[in-house]
Amino acid sequence: MMGRAGLALAILSLATPGAAQESLRSYEVVGDAIPTSLTGQPGDPERGRAIVVRRESTCLLCHSGPFPEQRFQGDLSPSLKGTGSRWSEGELRLRLVDAARLNPATIMPSYYRVDGLTRVAQNYRGKPVLTAEQIEDVVAYLMTLKD
Amino acid sequence: MSGPARLSIFAAPLLLAALVSAGAEIALNERRSAYDDMSRDNKAMQDDDTSNPGMLAVLDGEALWAAKAGASGKSCADCHGGAKASMKGVAARHPSFDASAGRPVNLEQRINTSRVQHQQASPFAYESKEMLALSAYVAMQSRGEPIAPPDDPRLKPFLDRGRAQFNQRQGQLNLSCGQCHDDNWGKSLAGNTVPQGHPTGYPIYRLEWQGLGSLQRRLRNCMIGMRAESYAYGAPEYVDMELYLMWRARGMKVETPAVRP
Ligand code: HEC
Ligand code: HEC
Repeated sequence: MMGRAGLALAILSLATPGAAQESLRSYEVVGDAIPTSLTGQPGDPERGRAIVVRRESTCLLCHSGPFPEQRFQGDLSPSLKGTGSRWSEGELRLRLVDAARLNPATIMPSYYRVDGLTRVAQNYRGKPVLTAEQIEDVVAYLMTLKD
Repeated sequence: MSGPARLSIFAAPLLLAALVSAGAEIALNERRSAYDDMSRDNKAMQDDDTSNPGMLAVLDGEALWAAKAGASGKSCADCHGGAKASMKGVAARHPSFDASAGRPVNLEQRINTSRVQHQQASPFAYESKEMLALSAYVAMQSRGEPIAPPDDPRLKPFLDRGRAQFNQRQGQLNLSCGQCHDDNWGKSLAGNTVPQGHPTGYPIYRLEWQGLGSLQRRLRNCMIGMRAESYAYGAPEYVDMELYLMWRARGMKVETPAVRP
């Protein structure tokens, strides 16, 4: 099954001709996973950790995890501790790209999706929360969280 | 373990919860004001009029109530008399239906209608010092009164619209108001306790703002957090949301001017 991202890209380029926006890469969902890297490259776990803890990524609004230096962490969702032993890389990728695909009612945002959203603020319109590279970095980092 | 098997473990119980919680409002007897979750210091600040920073605006509002304005040369007091008696309960029943507007209007809009039509003065801008002061003074006359949305069938479609907006996922983060305020209140959003989101204390003095702000300013803040396109101040969408929030808080006590972190 092709991800919705490919279609979104087509619609996007029709709607905003000439707009210089990062186009979403298409991806393939197999079962509950996206087995292949969005960029074709493995991510960088160190950069991934930095992305997870920065405010604009929003992860720590809801999650806590092994981030002793971060004073403010959330508890709206499971701790990120041990995610790398609970899920495979491909499963984590889909959970970041579009968690709502697995659980339409989840509160977890879809980090790599631009379609099917309502009233997105102008400065964010047509842009995913994270880029494909950032998704891969975060996946690589989460995979290191074994316990 | 195979993918699909895990998927069902991941998704099934949550899906069930979601179906149940879609539109599930907080039981009346479980509702609580964000006041209840504040620190002892912040509660004391709200409770003691000599330390509540919102009271400065209330005093300004009292002066505006008595000041003659506009071509009419009349003050609010000239028509309404003392606010203590005439304004008691007014904030608790707004937004209310306005026949000439053909839709609900909130307290600020009602104040401006009086200014324009009766005082023949210019309307106050949203979030202006004057509007915050006068609306705080008027709303404080309802302090301790139960929120009492009018039982007016003309409000129904607007109330329904407000409720639909509350439950609509919006913005880049694809969140609804209800996902935080109905489903996750009491939890920690990066260290902030998620309140149930009741409009009991507006205008509020927010320590983070270092000043007073209206309910619509609060709603804008939440929409910006969701990365959703907010509305202009006074937009009908906001008033419909206010109407729903007041209905959701029916029977709870007005706290104006409340203090919030
Ligand atoms: C607004 C809340 C929210 C935000 C923001 C959020 N998540 Fe989540 N996340 C959840 C919830 C709730 C779950 C539980 C599963 C579900 O409901 O889909 C979850 C599940 C997960 C899981 C699977 C966890 C497990 O062990 O079962 C991972 C991994 C994850 N999130 C990572 C992230 C990362 C990384 C970010 C930021 C880029 C993030 N989340 C941002 C709410 C959130
Ligand atoms: C991601 C979570 C989240 C979402 C979504 C959200 N809010 Fe909030 N809301 C909060 C938090 C947290 C606060 C407390 C103040 C703060 O920390 O900024 C708050 C405060 C409020 C308050 C003030 C309550 C008081 O006691 O003064 C109201 C009213 C409110 N929200 C309404 C809404 C509405 C309406 C929406 C949708 C347009 C919404 N919120 C969306 C998290 C959220």
